[in-house]
Amino acid sequence: MSTHTNTLSADILGVGLLGPGLVDWASGAALLREPALWLPAATVVPPPQRLPATERRRAGAVVKASIVVADQALAASGLSAATLATVFSSSSGEPTNCHALCEALAAPERMVSPTRFTNSVHNAPGGYWHIAAHSMAPSTSLAAFDGSFAAGLLEAMAQVATTQAPVLLVVADVPYPAPLAAKRPTADAFGLALLLAPGNQLSLALAADAAATACGHEGLDALRLGVPAARALPLLQALARGGPAVITVEGLPGMSLQVHLQSTPP
Amino acid sequence: MKPLAITHHTLVTALGHGREATFAALREGRTGLARRGFETADIGSWLGVVDGLDGMAWREDLTAYDCRNNRLAELALRTDGFAGAVRAAAARWGAQRIGVFLGTSTSGILQTEVAYRHRSPDGALPESLHYGQTHNTASVARYVRAALGLTGPACVVSTACSSSAKVYAAAQRLVHLGLVDAAVVGGVDSLCMTTLYGFKALELTSGEICRPWDAARAGLSIGEAAAFALLEREGGERPARAMGWLLGAGESSDGHHMSSPHPQGAGAALAMRAALAHAGLRPEQVDYLNLHGTGTPGNDAAEDQAVCAVFGSSLPCSSTKGYTGHTLGAAGGVEASIALLALQHGLAPPSLNLQQQDPALHAGLLRESLQRPLKVVLSNSFGFGGSNASLVFGAAH
Repeated sequence: MSTHTNTLSADILGVGLLGPGLVDWASGAALLREPALWLPAATVVPPPQRLPATERRRAGAVVKASIVVADQALAASGLSAATLATVFSSSSGEPTNCHALCEALAAPERMVSPTRFTNSVHNAPGGYWHIAAHSMAPSTSLAAFDGSFAAGLLEAMAQVATTQAPVLLVVADVPYPAPLAAKRPTADAFGLALLLAPGNQLSLALAADAAATACGHEGLDALRLGVPAARALPLLQALARGGPAVITVEGLPGMSLQVHLQSTPP
Repeated sequence: MKPLAITHHTLVTALGHGREATFAALREGRTGLARRGFETADIGSWLGVVDGLDGMAWREDLTAYDCRNNRLAELALRTDGFAGAVRAAAARWGAQRIGVFLGTSTSGILQTEVAYRHRSPDGALPESLHYGQTHNTASVARYVRAALGLTGPACVVSTACSSSAKVYAAAQRLVHLGLVDAAVVGGVDSLCMTTLYGFKALELTSGEICRPWDAARAGLSIGEAAAFALLEREGGERPARAMGWLLGAGESSDGHHMSSPHPQGAGAALAMRAALAHAGLRPEQVDYLNLHGTGTPGNDAAEDQAVCAVFGSSLPCSSTKGYTGHTLGAAGGVEASIALLALQHGLAPPSLNLQQQDPALHAGLLRESLQRPLKVVLSNSFGFGGSNASLVFGAAH
């Protein structure tokens, strides 16, 4: 049996955040530091300025949320989106589009909109991002159910370690409409982005099943457990506080991520 | 990169179950496609359907996962002794040291499509729909991980038709970095209403069998498949023998259009060049190229320009979509297995249904099988959203 305990490490150059009562990282970080000030109002997904007007109107909520948080994370870094590799992760993809397709396919005519079919691919957020950014850099799109944030973080950190170049991680989930909502309840739309680059601020190791770190606040913890992408909240809280911290992130049964965050200026 | 051993692989497609049945069809130039319908759908095209999925015995503790997509996965696990090879690897490395990285595009969405026909008067879906274990994009990775008793990292890569090529790149990174010692990779995609009617709506299907590179090509033939490979780092006790090697992987984006490739195949060429650079090989060291080759006018034209830009027009190429159909999220995994079979047997299969090569396309398409020792094979997989992946495989010896 192997006894490897290899770790991956990276710096965080930028953060994006969108969720209930969390408009962006700049204002949201203060609320994550002081959750008593947080007012959980329904998530408002703004139209992403990066998309051309027609796509901005037509794009689904998970595409919009993904692009909005991606641009937040990128904004302060000075890096160009055109050369940046990306990792997108989501548990459910574009739920409203999926519902519309299933309804159309259950009707006798089975008339499927070609645009809806094109937009049904799980990599729609990545596809629209790279088109808007004129980027030919590699991009992947992952899904790991409730472990989708952990899977995305692992893949993005592995890419940083392999290429020694920055990687933009984007994780987002939005709720299904009825009737699928009853099969996969999702509290609200939530998205985050981490712009990762070679460095030692953050380190990560695989761990056996361990209790995930909670948020230390009832409402935030309900959000963490209510949206797969929000499994990132304890790490975002630690980042907002400036570390240091050790956080266990929920993966799949039997596996979690142990994340160490170094002390940084807030 | 340091070559990574592929110690086992298998596939189930419309050609049959396992490596032997697949290779026999490739050698004989026999298609698995048939002009037929599927479930309640008939879109008037040829389909690659996998037989033997009905009446499979199913583990009671994993009942909720029972759906066509996971049946395909389970059938492949039982084929060529694949599950046994993974269990032996788990005994060598530890169940927590083996990752599971699988590609799919539509997962088990057929369950939900059928459930929508049986909604109650208030609109609710039937109790019997287990969304998380069937429809959800990650369900096949969770099923395979549970069925094999593995506890390492796992996820689905879902980048449309490049999905199960990209899992090789993801797994290679984690093995190379020492996060895992081995990985189960591959792809599983099953026929469903979404893809049948979706590709028809985009006018990318044809009433004829798919004819990659042919002057009269008119569209793709959809298929379903499951393909798995076991990647293992060197060392450890009683190491397994390599059946072939992953020599390199290249990934790129088109950044051009959601459902059409870059017209000059710029992203595809970038992925092929990245794969060659990763493998430390020059273009002339590649012996055979398995094309993405879907048989749609636009896809083949773009890929042809990319291939000719990187390799010129003398490299022997073929598309095996005329045998299996386009198995979408499983295509990269299926064609990885076909690349390994080509290397093992020294046989590059001809492209089927190629009557007259489009005079505008210049790649060196094989009309007859090429029988000679092959050392290096490259395989292309491209998908919606402009997602490109190329893999380089090397012979066992």
